[in-house]
Amino acid sequence: MNRRAGLFKPVNAVRLAAEDNWCWVVSLMVSKATINRSIVVKSRPLAIVGVCEQILSKLEANGFDKDDIFAVHLALEEAFLNAVKHGNKMDPTKEVKIDYSVGLDKIEISLTDEGEGFEPEAVADPRFGEGLYKPGGRGLLLINSYMDMVKFTERGNSLYMVRYKEKPPLTQRVDQVQV
Amino acid sequence: MTEIKPRISVEYVEKATIISFTDEKILEKSDIKALQDSIMSVVEQTERIKLILDFGNVQFLSSAVLGLLIRLSKRIYECDGQLKLCNITPKIFEIFKITRLTKTFDIYKDVESAVEDLS
Repeated sequence: MNRRAGLFKPVNAVRLAAEDNWCWVVSLMVSKATINRSIVVKSRPLAIVGVCEQILSKLEANGFDKDDIFAVHLALEEAFLNAVKHGNKMDPTKEVKIDYSVGLDKIEISLTDEGEGFEPEAVADPRFGEGLYKPGGRGLLLINSYMDMVKFTERGNSLYMVRYKEKPPLTQRVDQVQV
Repeated sequence: MTEIKPRISVEYVEKATIISFTDEKILEKSDIKALQDSIMSVVEQTERIKLILDFGNVQFLSSAVLGLLIRLSKRIYECDGQLKLCNITPKIFEIFKITRLTKTFDIYKDVESAVEDLS
């Protein structure tokens, strides 16, 4: 079975969908164990608590282990706070939209803020130089480290991220090469 | 309504001040602000503080807490003090490794080894 043949559309389709106000979410094929939801919350840091509770409980229900739950929790927290702080500029009248799909093999999450977007490539690497001593700027690094796939829309105000329950069998491939 | 919870416990051992985080998860901005205020008040009260932060209870933290630690370390070094971290669980330690903050902070296995290494 091709685990990567997921229920979400490919990333380029997500980009188009983002411009079409996410209408595609309702048209997703839904399998028995897959949970698809769309949440819109006020752009306040505390709103992440309810969002995390909702999403992480579904991960647990679908058999994701503690490492997966920890990783998704961290990435969600970082992505949401970036959306609230940098995207929506701490304006509580704005909103953050979260679309997610929890399947048996992977979780896909999209977060969209009302900001003007940004260029991820322009963000300084916090691991080197002065960045190492700055209080902020580590959120994106952690999202990239804990999720298996991270993509931004062209505008940069929408983030799509995926984490697979099982990783590609790299060790098996190495064994095969050795044989 | 503001919920006031104990965020830290403070203990004095020989020359060291040991602060333990009492919450498993340090998440919200309000939590972090409260935590920072609590720790800073201890730092300000002690001349050239030799501070050990015990992460034994902490199961989750975000980059906002890393920011707090950096602000805290700057303040302590300004006052000619010392800061050491200890009892960090493997999952949390991974966050320190990914961000290369293992290069910035002195991290010890437990409180005893951190105290021993104070100058």
